[in-house]
Amino acid sequence: MEALLKDIAFIIGTTLMYSTPLIYAAIGGVITERSGIINIGLEGMMYFGAFVGAAVAYFTGDPWLGFFCAGLAGALLGLLHAVATVSFSAEQIVSGIAINFLGVGLALFISRLVFDGATQTLTVPNKIPLPLDFLFGEGRLFASSGFMDLVFNRFATVYLAFALVFVVWFLLYKTRLGMRLRAVGEHPEAADSLGISVFRIRYGAVIASGFLAGLGGAAMSIAVVSRFNNTLISGHGFIALAAMIFGKWKPQGALLACLIFGGAKGLEIFMGAKGVPIPSSLLATLPYILTIIILVGWVGRSQPPASIGRIFDKGEQ
Amino acid sequence: MGCRAAAPDIGCQSLMAVEEKRVSAIDFSDKVVEMVDIVKKFGEFTANDRISLTVHRGEVHALLGENGAGKTTLMNCLYGLYRPTRGTIRINGAELAITDPNIAIRHGIGMVHQHFMLVAPFTVTENIVLGQEPVKLGGIVDLAEAHKRVVELSERYGLAVDPQARVEDISVGSQQRVEILKALYRGAQILILDEPTAVLTPSEIEELVAIIRNLTAEGKSIIIITHKLHEIKAVADYCTIIRRGTFVDRVKVDSVSEAELAAKMVGREVSFSVPKTRAQPGSRALSIENLVVRDNRSIPVVNGLNLELFHGEILGIAGVDGNGQTELVEALTGLRAVDSGRIFAADSEITGAAPKQIINQHHICSIHEDRRKRGLVLEFDVAENLVLETYHRRPFSRAGVLDQREIYQFAERCINDFDIRPQNPGLPAYTLSGGNQQKVIIAREVSNDPRILVASQPTRGLDVGAIEYVHRALVEQRDRGKAVLLISFELDEILNVSDRIAVIFEGRIVGVIDGAEADENQIGLLMAGGSR
Amino acid sequence: MSKLKQKEDFLSGTLGVTLMSVLLGFVLGGVILLVAGFNPLEAYWVILKGIFSRPKYVSYVIIYSTPLIITGLSVAFALRTGLFNIGAEGQYIMGAVAAAAAGYYLKLPMVLHVLTAVGLAVLVAAVWGGLAGYFKARFGVNEVISTIMLNWTALYISNFMVTIDSFGRQGTGKTYAIMSSAQIDILGQWKRTPEGIAFLREHPMLWDILKSPVNLGFIFALLLAVLVWYILSKTTLGYELRAVGHNPQAAEAGGINVKRSMVVSMLIAGGLAGAAGAFQVLGVSHRIATLAIMEGYGFDGIAVSLIGNNSGFGCVFAGLLFGALKYGGSKIQDVMGAPTEVINIMIGIIIFFTAMPKLIRMILAYKKKRKST
Repeated sequence: MEALLKDIAFIIGTTLMYSTPLIYAAIGGVITERSGIINIGLEGMMYFGAFVGAAVAYFTGDPWLGFFCAGLAGALLGLLHAVATVSFSAEQIVSGIAINFLGVGLALFISRLVFDGATQTLTVPNKIPLPLDFLFGEGRLFASSGFMDLVFNRFATVYLAFALVFVVWFLLYKTRLGMRLRAVGEHPEAADSLGISVFRIRYGAVIASGFLAGLGGAAMSIAVVSRFNNTLISGHGFIALAAMIFGKWKPQGALLACLIFGGAKGLEIFMGAKGVPIPSSLLATLPYILTIIILVGWVGRSQPPASIGRIFDKGEQ
Repeated sequence: MGCRAAAPDIGCQSLMAVEEKRVSAIDFSDKVVEMVDIVKKFGEFTANDRISLTVHRGEVHALLGENGAGKTTLMNCLYGLYRPTRGTIRINGAELAITDPNIAIRHGIGMVHQHFMLVAPFTVTENIVLGQEPVKLGGIVDLAEAHKRVVELSERYGLAVDPQARVEDISVGSQQRVEILKALYRGAQILILDEPTAVLTPSEIEELVAIIRNLTAEGKSIIIITHKLHEIKAVADYCTIIRRGTFVDRVKVDSVSEAELAAKMVGREVSFSVPKTRAQPGSRALSIENLVVRDNRSIPVVNGLNLELFHGEILGIAGVDGNGQTELVEALTGLRAVDSGRIFAADSEITGAAPKQIINQHHICSIHEDRRKRGLVLEFDVAENLVLETYHRRPFSRAGVLDQREIYQFAERCINDFDIRPQNPGLPAYTLSGGNQQKVIIAREVSNDPRILVASQPTRGLDVGAIEYVHRALVEQRDRGKAVLLISFELDEILNVSDRIAVIFEGRIVGVIDGAEADENQIGLLMAGGSR
Repeated sequence: MSKLKQKEDFLSGTLGVTLMSVLLGFVLGGVILLVAGFNPLEAYWVILKGIFSRPKYVSYVIIYSTPLIITGLSVAFALRTGLFNIGAEGQYIMGAVAAAAAGYYLKLPMVLHVLTAVGLAVLVAAVWGGLAGYFKARFGVNEVISTIMLNWTALYISNFMVTIDSFGRQGTGKTYAIMSSAQIDILGQWKRTPEGIAFLREHPMLWDILKSPVNLGFIFALLLAVLVWYILSKTTLGYELRAVGHNPQAAEAGGINVKRSMVVSMLIAGGLAGAAGAFQVLGVSHRIATLAIMEGYGFDGIAVSLIGNNSGFGCVFAGLLFGALKYGGSKIQDVMGAPTEVINIMIGIIIFFTAMPKLIRMILAYKKKRKST
């Protein structure tokens, strides 16, 4: 019985660890798409954020500074995307693809300059801390490697992610700003005719999503592992995008979807560790096939905010 | 002068009743709006060329012009959505640069747009307070307070709405009331109504007239943008007429007739009726039995509909938007599934058939109500649009390969026969005017030699010349023995063109009347759900 | 029309926008190099030399571009129907797997072997793409998600195939090479024989070219570009797909089967991406290997399609440009220590500007105003 509990705890813990970076990016995706702008560039923003986070954490020794700077890096790319799509009515998908190339390119370019030609950073001296660590271990409240330890003794970024989901949900559905943002996403002309600045709201949303995606990247590079390398972020941004669509553009839905992805990954690692006789590569397909099945069977037609992808032109004034 | 010419949309009795009650509430010493020599250019195109407009407190002022004359543009300048290229605007005597709707709103100007500016998934209350939401600490929206204010406003002005309903679920008339409440919530003293009666039943129009009277009695001033003459006669005090962007005249509505207004609007004498001989109806072309069709929200908007259509006649379906017309046409053309009931073309059943079959096997062609959405692929050129239904047949293609030469030759013939301008088959369809786009669609459907032609809002957004053209085309098809089904929200179009008239109400046909005997009073009553 | 007006129209037309974007990419890339302490002119010179100075290099550029051109065609084709094929990557992988398996396990005479391998690859990849199309048409599932899921699934299926005993060489992470009858190398065998080597010593230019894995892939790429162009502009199928891509509701009202069009479009797009994978295996790598992450041909294909304005011939030129930049760009790292990733940045900038024709037109309008004052 205890062994079973421990196994479950292990899976939960791993799930939380792998879902967290996705959660940041997916929430960012929700914000921007709710304002009517498609953001395919989450991958590039995460990538750049992961690098900047690790680099700053290495040079300053302060993981939180690194975390914050990762957000700024992502926000910078977000600003570019906003300029293109909001000010210059660019094709949003194309701009997002461009951001992906730019994010990867900038990260590796700067990495080579700063780390002596290498496409990876050196190990950061201090990772994101585990804030509840004091509760676990010899003579403390909970035993080491027990159920509670495996589940609850997580990096701070994990708790922050959950808090973030709540904050964004609250903002979107309870506050004035959130109501206006949703209005802009559904019917920008109506919002405009009431004096709401579609321009400012969309800029804010896109930059915020960049910031969050950058945080997500750092949640990988200075929490889950302790350095950045060129294959660390490989498709996470796209998975976050999928999670957002899966979650029907709601923060709670996106959270659930990220947990499912993280959970499938956790299950895969668990089964690998236990020596289950399914080849690891086939196990790895689990989360993806599962998602398709769920989408086909249950989620089906998900409706994005009505103005998504449509160019909003105030027309000549 | 018969009732029809004077006011086809409102029963004669109610019109006279309104006229009697009209007591002028106008304060001529107070000019609330003065627009002086407004010029608005979009690049090279001049939409407004030195137009002036004056409205006094308590006045109902109509802005009359055809589709595309520049009325909405002028009002968008007043509301701050556009900035005039030249000219002055004075509100309550003070000159003002209205660069933004916020400024307009702050100075008491409110606008109810032709295409409602409502956020569909939001509630009535949320839509009304959006942009000026009552807030609690921390920016949290105070929905309880908002609800209270909405209820207050609604009761004060007699505008009945359900504050908790989602806007996408309520009727069009209710949506319009929400739009008016939006303006009043912001303290509008000057209300601009853009084509307000396009979507209302005759009785709802009367309600609106009463609402307008209430508002002017409270000292508010109203500007109505319209191209409907009877609306103006029913409710307006003064009228400014514009034609092709230029100012024509400003008149006192009481002292002009509708014919005079129409002549000023168009620039020539206008005849209201369509020249046609009596119909020679033939065999039965279409038979609809107990049709039930659900809309996107699974409501049976066509609810047991029965109808017969014969060759050699134009059957007009009269009714207010939202009574199932759209879904009926979609079911007939194979674009929407049929819940129950049957449809027969001649003697074959076509219930649930695919569009391709309906067009090619059963020879039913249609002019859809939304030409930009269903009618044309705007990025395709004129020629490609003309073969949208026939590209897969000889001579336009063989074994899967297109014959461009044949397609373009056919296009040139159509352009000639149907007077499509500009006369270049290679131009993308989005460059054409609304009237010419409609001609392309008509050319396509008519050239396909259908047995049944379904025309849905065929003259929407067209100017008088194009409207005459379309009506003539429909009558020509009838004279060739086709069966023509005309669906229109404009009652006078139905009355002028149809041989028989069927009235649709809540998804059923509630009356079928011979065209010659039609009495618009009676039809108006049927349209609103009353009985004969 | 005056020459000046012609030039203005050209510059503000789509071809002009693309060229301006490429120019801006080079300029801004140069600025970034400058800021990082490198001489941009030197870097561009290295790239140019790295592309043109030896026949081998030119050959490598063509070989590099081949899969990019074809995946570009795949994305472009789907885009014409209004579908965004992020799944080109997974379809590529499935095509490669099928071709490698068919090339290894089957024993057939040369031409037949190649056709069968390619045919199987196209078929498998077409299904892979068609699945996404089907999910969208039937269930309304967004093709962005379903293709991303299928990408990852394809990756792991490929890795699994490498672990199969009969196929994969234990411990190497690679499969056995395909039979020589399936290879589409040009003079691939001959250049290793004693006669071949002797002949090549007399003809150094040819020898240089043959130092690269020259194969028929590029020819096939060109043929496929012509095919794509033909289908889209000359056939009834192309007409249908384009109509659906522009306005599915008008297409439906005209009688076109929109759902069927979506599926067919993804089938063809998938097949194209699969062909790209097949030619790469049959002509260059001759096997598949375990992949830690996706190689990126499919994703790069998106860039190629966008830069090439989603047209058949545009993809050829954009593919060559992309291949040239990537290949030539790899040299600046070794020669001057400048990070090769400046190429990624440049490509990102180019795509960025092709997305904003409005900006380019503004720049042109501004320049025009400056000239006239």
